[in-house]
Amino acid sequence: MTRGFKMLTFQAAALVGSAMIMLTLSEMTRAAPAPAAAAVQIDNFTFKAPLTMVKVGTTVTWTNGDDIPHTVVSKDGVFKSKVLDTGDRFSFTFAKAGQFGYYCSLHPHMTGTIVVKA
Amino acid sequence: MFDADHENRRDFLKCMAWAGTGALFTFNAGIGSSIGLDSAIAAPLRRTGTKPFTFVQLSDSHIGFNKPPNADARATFREAIAKVKALPVQPDFIIHTGDVSQLSRDDEFDDAEQMLKDTGLPVFFIPGEHDMLDPEGGKAFLDRFGKGTKGAGWYSFDHKGVHFVALVNVADLKPGGMGNLGAEQLKWLAADLAGRASSTPIVVFAHIPLWTVYADWGWGTDDSAEALKLLARFGSVTVLNGHIHQITQKVEGRIAFHTARSTAFPQPAPGTAPSPGPLKVPPEQLHSMLGITDAMFVRGHQPIALIDSTLSA
Repeated sequence: MTRGFKMLTFQAAALVGSAMIMLTLSEMTRAAPAPAAAAVQIDNFTFKAPLTMVKVGTTVTWTNGDDIPHTVVSKDGVFKSKVLDTGDRFSFTFAKAGQFGYYCSLHPHMTGTIVVKA
Repeated sequence: MFDADHENRRDFLKCMAWAGTGALFTFNAGIGSSIGLDSAIAAPLRRTGTKPFTFVQLSDSHIGFNKPPNADARATFREAIAKVKALPVQPDFIIHTGDVSQLSRDDEFDDAEQMLKDTGLPVFFIPGEHDMLDPEGGKAFLDRFGKGTKGAGWYSFDHKGVHFVALVNVADLKPGGMGNLGAEQLKWLAADLAGRASSTPIVVFAHIPLWTVYADWGWGTDDSAEALKLLARFGSVTVLNGHIHQITQKVEGRIAFHTARSTAFPQPAPGTAPSPGPLKVPPEQLHSMLGITDAMFVRGHQPIALIDSTLSA
């Protein structure tokens, strides 16, 4: 008997808990729209979208598809990835409008620009 | 060729030929020539009366690289080292012209260092861009291989009358640019060369070529012209580079340029592929495209001889 009672209590608590989580989630969804995302693929020693236009708040993700490591480094020191080996990714969220030039610090002839609009 | 006083030119021309496994390059007063490896090794040095010295250039070992066409760059580096140990004349030292590692990891540097120790020879290093990938941008490499060097790892030394200059052109690279020496290093170079007799033979080594091999792939050094200007007054200058994983040569005035093969993987000839990424050759071809360079000096004579040999030889 005691065991059955305890289990019931546990189930009730779990129900209340999950309801609270759902409530929190729905509030979050309402408060912030799904974040914008953009991707830049790195292939053949080239940033495949050398000029990328995004809105403020967009998270840009670079993925290295080469057999040779690359980096993604802002010309103005705004962002800097670690070394990206094959398949590695680097993401940065652009919170301000502006033009952000970047390059690969290993192969500096590789360049690109992210244009962020309000 | 080394022994122009004793050999007549017709005899020399007769033996001009490519050897199957390597070639010997000599540079004299701006004229580059090649002769077969067999004839080069055969005797002319005996008659000079001066004991020559040799050194070996290893390059682009990329320890840690494990993708096609080479699943184990450690193994091919070990083979290159075995080749050095098997040379009939042991070199006085080794120079490694950069990209020791693939990703600047400690275990990669460790393994390279251990394997090189096996030769029992002094090794002089300069970094390639792959050696600058630790969070502090090259500190791991310099702490291990660049003790006592200046700036990003440049230095010079003298050996048996030859002045060796090690330059770094992979630090602080500029967006849209190629290799870069920078004002501080150029200033140091000017001071290092000042006061040296123009008859001093000079060997310069750096990772990225000090002349533009192919700008579209960044195969050159933006401010190399300033360095070459400082070197122009010397009678014999040899520039040894790596980075492009294939042999290229050029002679400009009295400066002879040469790039070495990698011990890890070949790269395509300029412009022959969509990118300079590894050339994915079949396994049976790989060893014929990797190699080492043996450099020979004869004191009292101008030419330096460079013998490139592959790992398949």
